[in-house]
Amino acid sequence: MNAVISTLDTSHAHVGMPTRRVIGAYLQEARSECLRYLRSPGFLIPTVMLPTVFYLMFGIVLGRANGADAPRYLLAAYGTFGVMAPGLFGFGLALALERDNGLMMLKRALPMPPGAYLLGKMAMAIVVAAVVSVLLLLMATLLAHVPLTASQMLTLFITDLFGVLPFCAMGLLLGTLIKGQGAPGVVNLIYLPMAFLSGLWVPLAMMPKILQQLAPIWPSYHLSQLALSAVGLGQGIAWPHVATLLAYTVGFVMLAAHRLRRHG
Amino acid sequence: MTNTSVPVARLAAAVKRYGTLTAVDGLDLMLHRGELLALLGPNGAGKSTAISLLLGLVRADAGKVELFGQDPQQIMARRRIGVMLQSATLPPTLRVGELIRLTASYYPAPRTVQESAALAGVTDLLQRPYAKLSGGQQRRVQFALALCGRPELLFLDEPTVGMDIEARQKLWVAIRHLIAEGCSVVLTTHYLEEAEALADRVCVMARGKVISQGTVDDLRARVALKRVRCITTLDLAAVSSWPEVVEARREGERLWMSTAHAEALARRLLDADAQLAELEVQRAGLAEAFTELTREADPSADEQREAA
Repeated sequence: MNAVISTLDTSHAHVGMPTRRVIGAYLQEARSECLRYLRSPGFLIPTVMLPTVFYLMFGIVLGRANGADAPRYLLAAYGTFGVMAPGLFGFGLALALERDNGLMMLKRALPMPPGAYLLGKMAMAIVVAAVVSVLLLLMATLLAHVPLTASQMLTLFITDLFGVLPFCAMGLLLGTLIKGQGAPGVVNLIYLPMAFLSGLWVPLAMMPKILQQLAPIWPSYHLSQLALSAVGLGQGIAWPHVATLLAYTVGFVMLAAHRLRRHG
Repeated sequence: MTNTSVPVARLAAAVKRYGTLTAVDGLDLMLHRGELLALLGPNGAGKSTAISLLLGLVRADAGKVELFGQDPQQIMARRRIGVMLQSATLPPTLRVGELIRLTASYYPAPRTVQESAALAGVTDLLQRPYAKLSGGQQRRVQFALALCGRPELLFLDEPTVGMDIEARQKLWVAIRHLIAEGCSVVLTTHYLEEAEALADRVCVMARGKVISQGTVDDLRARVALKRVRCITTLDLAAVSSWPEVVEARREGERLWMSTAHAEALARRLLDADAQLAELEVQRAGLAEAFTELTREADPSADEQREAA
């Protein structure tokens, strides 16, 4: 009988939920997202290994052969390459898979605070981007002996952290468009060509004129320009790139929200 | 309590269409505090859509859907429910304890991880990653997630699929415990003995409508058929043609018949075969009642039912 009474009593407490507990739910969601991906080699190995191993090979081992500035240039380029992946895969691909396997439906049925799902995935992407950025900076200073001031390092790190967001937004939109088994292939088909066409592997100056002119279409081009400025290789002013990335982020999120509202 | 007059969950003349298919067609459903309602019906009857409406996953095209008198899309209403869906792949690398802690964080006054685990019988699994569990263990973990928020209403969609008999009966005990605490339950199941064991009220759906509603006994009583079994050498075709026999088939050396006139049939069987042995007469179970009811509702649905 006591049990019955306590159940009835709690029904009044259900009217609201203390803000502290709501914040707790957001934190739990972010923590869980981070944990599940940090424990998942299938996600972590490509996202962390690809940029660092590429940097080791092309930026450090072969770096000097490509000119004195090659390790510095590639630090910015592979940093950009590295922060694209957690947004596109950790965010976009996960969303596509979870829309398919019923997890998203369960989360929507549960009283998860609105936004916790997306913010949790975003937090995870930022954490992974931070790891990639720190690893690259360590390799650049300790192995390649790239002379960098503290403020250059900090600016690059912050650029990488915020640089995840447009790719989270892009991943979000992709996640609402694709579904199921084919999704990893589709995301790779966007990720890799976009990285190449933005001059992350081969400097744009060495590419055909038409590709150079097309480059400003890609969000990753704008992020790489900001990263290059951060390490002292910038040309021109930063704010148009920041504005473009912001516009991309808002645009992707709005399109994704529209699709989620219509199709769930 | 003044709020006892507000039903825990309610569908009133709810309609949901998917293109040209009307999945739920003017459905009325009401659930009261502390009650377990079993939702039965062949595949495609609209059970899942009815649950999706109550969970706020889909919006009704017409009619009313309420949880605790509120729109189920309101998070306030959903903070009072627990959910176990038929198919949900939980994050494989998270440990059971982490999954319970995460789900409990969505609720204002959840149970502790230990209490939730004990109720669902997963205490020994708390440190294990979800992917390393067997199908039946995963279902029990999902049950722990459903009850960890101390819900007033629990949705259990085919909860015991993939469980062995012992695990199933343990889950039944846990469900009865929650009901005794005042929790209401909406259960869908393919196992009619599960509905028989748990349900206060059974609601049979077909083609998006409720075709019968009542206690398990009410439902059984609506079906006058009885089962008759015996060992006999009588010819199946001959017995099938007797007016007392609705349906007959042979199961090994036994003859199995369903009939509305068990006494008359028994007399005739004994007259026709002096060697007849092991005569049994049983009243219809929920399974027969269910078959009979859905057949009345939709004669063309026989194939679907077999698939179900």
